[in-house]
Amino acid sequence: MKPENLVKNGIGREVPTFVPGLGEFAPYAGPRARLDGKHLWTPTLYPRKIAAPTTNKVARSLKEAIEKSGLRDGMTISFHHHLRNGDALVGMTLSLLDEMGLRNITLAPSSLGDSHDCVADAVRKGVVTRLNTSGVRGEVGKAISNGEFELPVMIRSHGGRARAVEEGSLHIDVAFLAAPACDRLGNFTGSAGKTACGSMGYAMLDARYADHVIAVTDNLAEYPLAPRISVPQYLVDQVVVVDSIGDPSKIATGATRVTRDPVQLRIAELAFGLLKASGTLKNGCSFQTGGGGPSLAVARYVKEYMKSHAIRGSYCIGGITGYMASMLEEGLFDALFDVQSFDAAVTSSIANNPRHIEVDVSCYANPFNKGCLVNDLDVVILAALDVDADFNVDVLTGHDGVLRGASGGHSDTAAGAKLTVITIPSMRNGVPSIRNRVQTVVTPGETVDVIVTERGMAINPLREDLRALASDAGLPVKDIRQLKAEIEKVTGIPDEVRFGDEIVGLVEYRDGTVIDTIRKVL
Amino acid sequence: MTTFLDRPRRSLLYIPGNNPGMIQNCAIYGSDGVLLDLEDSISISEKDSARKLVKHALKTLDFGTVERVVRINGLDTPFFRDDLEEIVPSRPDAVRIPKIDSPDDIRTADEIITRLEREHGMEAGSVRIHAMLETARAIVNAHMIAASSPRILGLTIGGQDLAADLGIKATREGLEMLYAKSAVILAAKANGLLAFDTVYTDINNPEGLREQARMSVSLGFSGKAAIHPSQISIIHEAFAPDEKEVRKAERIVRGAQEAEERGLGVVAVDGRMVDAPVVAQAVRTLELARLAGMEVEGL
Repeated sequence: MKPENLVKNGIGREVPTFVPGLGEFAPYAGPRARLDGKHLWTPTLYPRKIAAPTTNKVARSLKEAIEKSGLRDGMTISFHHHLRNGDALVGMTLSLLDEMGLRNITLAPSSLGDSHDCVADAVRKGVVTRLNTSGVRGEVGKAISNGEFELPVMIRSHGGRARAVEEGSLHIDVAFLAAPACDRLGNFTGSAGKTACGSMGYAMLDARYADHVIAVTDNLAEYPLAPRISVPQYLVDQVVVVDSIGDPSKIATGATRVTRDPVQLRIAELAFGLLKASGTLKNGCSFQTGGGGPSLAVARYVKEYMKSHAIRGSYCIGGITGYMASMLEEGLFDALFDVQSFDAAVTSSIANNPRHIEVDVSCYANPFNKGCLVNDLDVVILAALDVDADFNVDVLTGHDGVLRGASGGHSDTAAGAKLTVITIPSMRNGVPSIRNRVQTVVTPGETVDVIVTERGMAINPLREDLRALASDAGLPVKDIRQLKAEIEKVTGIPDEVRFGDEIVGLVEYRDGTVIDTIRKVL
Repeated sequence: MTTFLDRPRRSLLYIPGNNPGMIQNCAIYGSDGVLLDLEDSISISEKDSARKLVKHALKTLDFGTVERVVRINGLDTPFFRDDLEEIVPSRPDAVRIPKIDSPDDIRTADEIITRLEREHGMEAGSVRIHAMLETARAIVNAHMIAASSPRILGLTIGGQDLAADLGIKATREGLEMLYAKSAVILAAKANGLLAFDTVYTDINNPEGLREQARMSVSLGFSGKAAIHPSQISIIHEAFAPDEKEVRKAERIVRGAQEAEERGLGVVAVDGRMVDAPVVAQAVRTLELARLAGMEVEGL
């Protein structure tokens, strides 16, 4: 779209207040602007045709299921991304839609990954013209950044998507939900079957709110599915059995290993030093960390520290790794809340350990429900692509300006946690990671407490208390501009990427306001 | 005498001289010093490029407070002279010379370094030597080697080469190296030098390293080499004094300061007379405590 109706939002980014085809938007006005207890939330109700009772929900083919679903041109379909890079359902469905002549579809998966270059093809054929997602990779990112979508792509956080789905601003006509184990009436779970992937947290939300739900499985289990049901039959319209919903070798990747990279380890060591200094690692603490980069290494330090100091934490949330499952197993935490499992080691834990609790994504992070899990987090450790001198974080655009990341739960957890730590290498391939201004703000600096690089850490001036604790602990605390200058002494300052005016994406903050735009790369 | 207080040298991290990614990060690993290696980790075909890379790194990169030591190739190799000719003018803090067997070896290196310092307008004696003792002969000659030049900062042993020369197998406990290590420590201390322990090669065994590093400290080593950044914090832990030692050291240093202020020649702490070496030891303990991040008064 052409840049029209632009206003400066609360962090000085120019964002549209109206986008033809998408509607009106409010500019971002601060992380708590709509969380002051006064904001009125008015979800839209959609009429839904009541299906006639049936005990035969199994469609003969995906094509038949699509036909029965009433899917038409211009409607919205959704998928979950629990099958990670092994997912085959998105590709399978989009080629069928193409074959069936459907066009102008809005695609609204919980996220897209490396196995979804097929989406770019569907866009070029006109099957898909609009996209709502948390993240993209590869060809899809390039298609967006080159301006190939008819309307700007909506990027939402996991909590923001849950909010949008519940309030109806993202209304799903048909949800295609990959189901690693499913019975004939549609009870399904992710914790069994050859394509087992652990939690079904994203599917649980879509199943509840989509007008029509199709569970697609390659493992039709005896009725009733037992012992675990993640999505119950009363939410599922149809069941389809296909040969394969995904590549198990890419779904069930082995347990994520703790990095051996010395830079990542150094970052982890400093981040852990900060956690220690902050005094948050104590009995009853809650914790979230991811699976990539230094995150697991931080978890390892935390684990050793908790063990040696006989600390028992309350819970971990989020994307759960096998490492976190082992911490639960060792009694270091009382429970895990799992919205998305990151590796295969988690599946047996979720299936067998009653303290490993599968939760839906609204429970995890929707800011507008009555108490999402992130709100009570003590610590979250997050990665980033770039950060800036105002502590804003970009997890979407790469150094070349092309979209290649995911909003994920980044801004949700940062807003909720008492201590938000961003771990980031000071440079990648010789390009510095601290900028004057990040290309795309996903997480506002106001919700970020510390940025930890291997060359020292910068603490948000809003957290003078934390700065004092970290300095007293002898940690290398630096002013963010000083840290940036030190890094630039090694890397130099790269030329800015050239962008056009055309807006190809909107980044919605978790509360539904627009925090930034993504521009077309020239 | 070279005291510990010049700068901390608890840990020295080996960095392959042909790895720019690691070299640019020398300042961040947390070691007290780095050993930019041109010797064992560099294949014959990469010797020249590694030397050039290290030379430029020394000239251009900010190493922060990290001591810059370059391990060059030994006298018995065709690279020894080229290494010194290119590295010394780049002003490293020291060169670590492998396979030093006798005082003559030191003198050969010393003459070249002295000339290079003069030719490049550097302060005489500014580039120090770590003498690496790696043969039975070297261990027997340790004292003479240590006494052969004021340029020497410290002695170290090359564990694997020495084991090969002795025809023994290195064990986890390392008892077979006990005499050689003690001989090197004694020779170093007798000549006011530092003694650096060899590396612990199993990077997947932090517990083994922890044990060996504690042994290094109790034998009297001033520092220990590391081959992976993950080993550094374990080595530093081994050098950290315990709380009780630190409190005692604080009382001694405070007592010495008070005695000096009052013009007294004699220091009494906890009702006992304390002489100068004990005060020096206490200062060192406090310095180690401070480096370990402990709270320390009196420094």
